Amino acid sequence: MSQLSLRNLSKSYGAFTVFDGLNLEADAGEIIVVFGGSGTGKTILLRLIAGVEDQTSGTVELNGEDMTDVPPERRNVGMAFQNFALFPHMSARENIAAPLRAKSASESALNAGIDRVSKLLKIDRVLGHAPRELSNGQKQRTSLARALAAEPKFLLLDDPLRNVDAKLRYEMRLELPRLLRQSGATVLYVTQDYKEAMALADRIAVLQGGKFVQVATPQDIYEKPATLQVARLFGDPVINTLDVTLQAQGKGAAADVAGYKISIPGNVQSHVSKTVVLAMRPDAVTLNTSKSGVKATVMAITPLNERTVLLLQAENGWEFLASLSAAAETPKAGSTVTAHFESSDIHLFDKETGERLHG
Amino acid sequence: MDHTSTLEKIIRGVLLTLVVIFFMFPIFWIFLMSFQTNESILRIPPSLAFTPTFDNYFALVTGEMRTAAGSLKIEFMRNLWNSVLLSTISVALSLVLGIPAAYAFARFKFKLGEDIAFTLLSFRFAPPLLVLLPLSLYFKTLGLTNTYIGLIWVYQLICLPLILWIVRGYFEDLSPDIEHAHRIAGYGWFATFWKIALPLARPGIAAAGLLAFIFAWNNFVFALVLASADKQPVTVGALAFVTASGIQYGQIAAAIVLSVLPTFVLALFAQRYLVEGLSLGAVKG
Repeated sequence: MSQLSLRNLSKSYGAFTVFDGLNLEADAGEIIVVFGGSGTGKTILLRLIAGVEDQTSGTVELNGEDMTDVPPERRNVGMAFQNFALFPHMSARENIAAPLRAKSASESALNAGIDRVSKLLKIDRVLGHAPRELSNGQKQRTSLARALAAEPKFLLLDDPLRNVDAKLRYEMRLELPRLLRQSGATVLYVTQDYKEAMALADRIAVLQGGKFVQVATPQDIYEKPATLQVARLFGDPVINTLDVTLQAQGKGAAADVAGYKISIPGNVQSHVSKTVVLAMRPDAVTLNTSKSGVKATVMAITPLNERTVLLLQAENGWEFLASLSAAAETPKAGSTVTAHFESSDIHLFDKETGERLHG
Repeated sequence: MDHTSTLEKIIRGVLLTLVVIFFMFPIFWIFLMSFQTNESILRIPPSLAFTPTFDNYFALVTGEMRTAAGSLKIEFMRNLWNSVLLSTISVALSLVLGIPAAYAFARFKFKLGEDIAFTLLSFRFAPPLLVLLPLSLYFKTLGLTNTYIGLIWVYQLICLPLILWIVRGYFEDLSPDIEHAHRIAGYGWFATFWKIALPLARPGIAAAGLLAFIFAWNNFVFALVLASADKQPVTVGALAFVTASGIQYGQIAAAIVLSVLPTFVLALFAQRYLVEGLSLGAVKG
């Protein structure tokens, strides 16, 4: 039995539909990251699950129980808000104590509970402070502590790292998986940072256009994106794309990528002679090996983290990116290179719908 | 970063002094008048030199007014008590009714919500004289003329819209997420209203209450028409100083000083809230 299920969940405000017919099953203790751009309704989804807003149709089930008429205070969820939503007139300690007090915990259980989460989140020194005296990082930890304090079965985290500085975000990205694992709760984590999603998730649910376009493990999302949009969202630098017309080649198909003829894997014969979108990750491109490839000119060189990103232009004018490891030899700007990539690195998408065309 | 030259400082000082004198002089003059006899007030030319007397205050407290034509009974202390009673109870009632209503208007969208809120506000811009005639007729039928209950009811026209609209603004400024967080932490809606919304809107509530109190205290025309001497507040009671043998300026001044005192003390006490309340939306988390 899954712990959390969304069945045909829809929400609209008047004529405006936020999402329509969402389905999701999460197992006990699973960390699901809901990923999507701003305005896709991620936060509203969490609000529906928490019960502070009502769905238009469909059901939220927690522990196999329909939550439609259950008020938020009886859903056994903890939630951390993007804007922290700390109670400004209470100290950090009282903020964390609130969910424990609601359960009429004894004084000793209360102290033990506060102690546990505040040590875990390293805010035991600032418990006496009012929220306005806390730094953003401390506020964020306090709001997480408040969500964790009563040991809820479900944790809803609304982009908790959005409003903290880059350094802390990086630290928390490393810390959070352990912390969430330790809580044992089923977690729904909302973010629009794909790296955060990849780092935290057991599975990622990509919310787009009011639907989950793909619910899969981070590896599957990266390696087998269900749509061109998903492929574009995950990965930095962004995936290279080119419109190609598929040609028949024996039993399979092949494409002409700016003069480089490459066979296409998978069962795609039905798309032969149609125009499709071919895509490959910049890090799948290697330069100046003995293998054949696209003849291209190096237009620009940009270092990005541990890698070097090259903007290349093929002879037919197609511009694409190659991301080389810093150890690789970097050609000079203006020089001509041969850019090679393997058939297995190719993703093929329908031009109209953007859907993935092969396995 | 101090660019102000000495000249600027001087001009600013002079201007500020002028403004303060302009606004404070009448109050100061009335304060002086309250310690003078009618004769010394009406001297021409007026003079700041006089022998202070407490006769005016004495007359007010004892209720014996001595005029050229003889002794006259006045009900000033009773009027003052009426003012306190009417204003306090009216504001208290308005708070009890207005705060939950303000919360509802701020948080929930319901049918005719805006219309109802606007209708309540419109009570403030209808001239009182317009409603007084029908009101006094109704009050006669209902037996509410010259009762405290009737007056307190009419005072709701003054207090309720003010409290409703100021406090509503405060509630709207509070992030609903804070209340959501409290619900999710395991509390029902009433506990959330009581422990989160109410304490966070307290500056607004205090300011609205104080403003409503001042407006109620200064009201004249409702009490003039709808109540007789024993229920009238100071504003109406002051009319008694216009006597057959002349206007008792000294006693009017003393009465003003005494009747300003309660609101003055209250305003001093809640000054911080008052300023915040007037510059709406000053609660930031």
